[in-house]
Amino acid sequence: MSVLLDISHMDMEFPNPKGAFTALKDVNLKIRQGEFVSLIGHSGCGKSTVLNVVAGLYQATRGGVILNGKEVLEPGPERAVVFQNHSLLPWLTAYENVELAVKQVFRKSKSKVEMREWIEHNLNLVHMGHAIHKRPSEISGGMKQRVGIARALAMQPKVLLMDEPFGALDALTRAHMQDSLMEIQAELNNTVIMITHDVDEAVLLSDRIVMMTNGPAATIGEILKIDLERPRHRLDLADDTHYNRYRAQVLKFLHERHSKPDVRTAPALNTETNSVDTGSEPDKTKNKNTERTDAVVDAA
Amino acid sequence: MASTTLGNGRLAALRLPRLDGSLLSNSAKYMALPLTGILVFLLLWSFSARQIDTSLGKFPGPAAVADQFEALYREHQRSREKERAFYERQEIRNAKRVAEDPGYIPKLRAYTGKETFIDQIGTSLVTVMSGFLLAAAIAIPLGIAIGLSPALNSAVNPIIQIFKPVSPLAWLPLVTMVVSALYTSPDPIIAKSFLNSLITVTLCCLWPMVINTAVGVAGIDRDLVNVSRVLRLPALKHVQKIVLPASIPMIFTGMRLSLGVAWMVLIAAEMLAQNPGLGKFVWDEFQNGSSDSLARIMAAVLVIGVIGFLLDRGMLTLQKFVSWDKVASQ
Ligand SMILES: Nc1ncnc2c1ncn2[C@@H]1O[C@H](COP(=O)(O)OP(=O)(O)OP(=O)(O)O)[C@@H](O)[C@H]1O
Ligand SMILES: [Mg+2]
Repeated sequence: MSVLLDISHMDMEFPNPKGAFTALKDVNLKIRQGEFVSLIGHSGCGKSTVLNVVAGLYQATRGGVILNGKEVLEPGPERAVVFQNHSLLPWLTAYENVELAVKQVFRKSKSKVEMREWIEHNLNLVHMGHAIHKRPSEISGGMKQRVGIARALAMQPKVLLMDEPFGALDALTRAHMQDSLMEIQAELNNTVIMITHDVDEAVLLSDRIVMMTNGPAATIGEILKIDLERPRHRLDLADDTHYNRYRAQVLKFLHERHSKPDVRTAPALNTETNSVDTGSEPDKTKNKNTERTDAVVDAA
Repeated sequence: MASTTLGNGRLAALRLPRLDGSLLSNSAKYMALPLTGILVFLLLWSFSARQIDTSLGKFPGPAAVADQFEALYREHQRSREKERAFYERQEIRNAKRVAEDPGYIPKLRAYTGKETFIDQIGTSLVTVMSGFLLAAAIAIPLGIAIGLSPALNSAVNPIIQIFKPVSPLAWLPLVTMVVSALYTSPDPIIAKSFLNSLITVTLCCLWPMVINTAVGVAGIDRDLVNVSRVLRLPALKHVQKIVLPASIPMIFTGMRLSLGVAWMVLIAAEMLAQNPGLGKFVWDEFQNGSSDSLARIMAAVLVIGVIGFLLDRGMLTLQKFVSWDKVASQ
């Protein structure tokens, strides 16, 4: 179990007129090569900030990120980002957007023909083969997000950083994209950090779910290890007791944080859940409870 | 079921005349109303013209101006005719002398007739475009540099803020003196007067273009800059692939602003400095003081207006052609 990415004692403060706003306080996380980690937490808690520091776009105020034994000081293509709002260049077509990245990463190692095939391959992977030459303004939000994913995948990054990549997709396309992401990840063994608000998505895709406490001074509240066999199939998992228990645990965490945002029990919870015994039976009252919270979270 | 159909039918019946109405209002918007506006203007003009007596006779109405347009065009044709005849005569004369004396090297003299109205239009257009292009060549790179570097912005900003409100006409005497002092070639390819007008135009185009380009560049979406950072695009590629396309709409805003101002300023500069162009035409006619002068000046005023409008339209068309942002260029 080699650690690829090590986030240690990371604090993030944003300067503001009244001094500084502490967004993150003492975030610690070690991620193995090939691991799929989801970040989940309430809106505004600092998930994107964590991702941006790992990407190198922000510099942590204290502590930092070590990738493969080297400190992350600037952004780079080995840490491709799927941005929260797709961030395609509006003056380029889907193809050209991916091409810009491919040309930059593979300008020495791929021929022109290989590049073209590689670009098309990645666009086909996200089912965008039919709209290759359309500009962002001519395609839907979900399609833009898919092109953004294709651009990131085409860079063959060591670490894939995804900020709510499927947020703008309808349920069916989302399911489709989740399945292809699992396939791609199984095939290429990418290390992935994904931010999501979707509990099912987090449980289905992740090896570990990192749950963040509410900001300011947000940190990691709990880490939930998802011990489900891969490949995973959503239909089989629907009735799987383990799957449902994981789901319930995440919902419970979110609900507690939501209704009691001032709870400062993060360290205790952290140690407790890092060694969570996944074999124990969940009790039924808790499950009922989570169904109600489900509604609360959805409404929110 | 039946009631829904009925409802639909009624809806359709209601909508049809509405649609016709909107069609009519569309064609009214694009044709009828502007035409009415022009007609009313012409009527008002010819009515009020008749009430105004000047020392050069009655103020010209539309008909007098139309006559002068025709006269000006005929003058131009006559002048072209003379020019052709002049060169023909010169050629014949030279050929004759070469035939008499094979060692003779023929002298070619240029025709030096008075510039016609149409020549003056050409001169002004060439001047404004040259000055504008020169300004763009300086202002756009400078604006990009200022937009990219907050430090440079802080350094240059006070200078821009001070020179921006200065009328370029105030520069004119300085420009004239500096050009005479520095541009002392005995056989100048470019006329000094042209250079003076051109530099004046450049000076007034500079500021709006620098400012708008810098604002456009500084305001590029952070996320697009982040894409470039993640890809580690080299500086030049960053400018070419991200900065320039992203700030095209603002660059064009600056270009349109400055071209509009430049055209106005140029006419004034030509009048002031007696540099060839439409401004000089207006000034000459004013000095001339013949009974046709006012009508000719009015003709020039109309031409200046139409050209100003066409220049702006031209920039807009160019922007539509170049820019990805179809909304901004409407
Ligand atoms: N560049 C910045 N400058 C100042 N404050 C910032 C900046 N970026 C984020 N913040 C603040 O940091 C906190 C965390 O923001 P962040 O974008 O990481 O939240 P998030 O968890 O990604 O939220 P969401 O789920 O809505 O995307 C917020 O309070 C936000 O206002
Ligand atoms: Mg976010």
